Amino acid sequence: MPITEYLLLSAFLFCTGIYGVLARRNGVLVLMSIELMLNAVNINLVAFSARLNDAAGQVFALFVIAIAAAEVGVGLAIVLLIYRNRVGVNLDEIDLMKG
Amino acid sequence: MSLTLAASSAPQNVAFGIIAVVMCVAALGVVTMKNIVHAALALVMVLAGVAAQYILLQAEFLGIVQVLIYIGAVIVLFLFGIMLTRHPMRKTGEYDNDQRILAGLVSLLIFGLLAYLLTDQFRGDKLHLGQPTQTSAIADSIFRTYVVGFEVVSMLLLAALVGAIVLARRD
Repeated sequence: MPITEYLLLSAFLFCTGIYGVLARRNGVLVLMSIELMLNAVNINLVAFSARLNDAAGQVFALFVIAIAAAEVGVGLAIVLLIYRNRVGVNLDEIDLMKG
Repeated sequence: MSLTLAASSAPQNVAFGIIAVVMCVAALGVVTMKNIVHAALALVMVLAGVAAQYILLQAEFLGIVQVLIYIGAVIVLFLFGIMLTRHPMRKTGEYDNDQRILAGLVSLLIFGLLAYLLTDQFRGDKLHLGQPTQTSAIADSIFRTYVVGFEVVSMLLLAALVGAIVLARRD
């Protein structure tokens, strides 16, 4: 089957993630959109791994999965901290560093 | 994606088309739903679809890892995060900010550009799926070629673990 189908699916997921990161204001939802983007990258890696008959792509996908797990852990800890120190997790209200 | 579905009748293509459509709808649900728990459940569907695509691409180990880590662990973390940060007094709903149209334009632009470039570059490039990838081949690759990266990732996971505990601890 053509590889472009996988690439287009992955591009769609990635762009949906971009939309989510830009348009959502809840911190947890932004993290979810980032997960969408990371998964899109993983689909690309695995598709090219199958195309080139090389396991290296899958190894990199595993690395991406591990780093995504770490990112979610730290990200949710930061969101919790913001929630505890301020009123909510709306990202457009977090403007302490705005000049 | 679904346009090419009619052209070929291989069962793999049909499965790909169905799963891809479900994934796209669920992904749109993740970024547009008004209820945050429903968005998390839509994310589960996307992640399960990704696992199914891995299995279609004959990367079975990766499919299992996807189910275990994403659906098993990451989603649970997200649900905990939703539960702990929901403000009981505040009205739910307003999860979008006012730059929705601009964000839609930007993502559509990027999708158009990516779609044009990818179809232009990889037109007629076929996947030849033969034997499933052996897990031992992945293990060889990790522990021989990419062992440095593996160690770095393990240190990163440890650092993230400690960092998350330090950040979220109440003291």
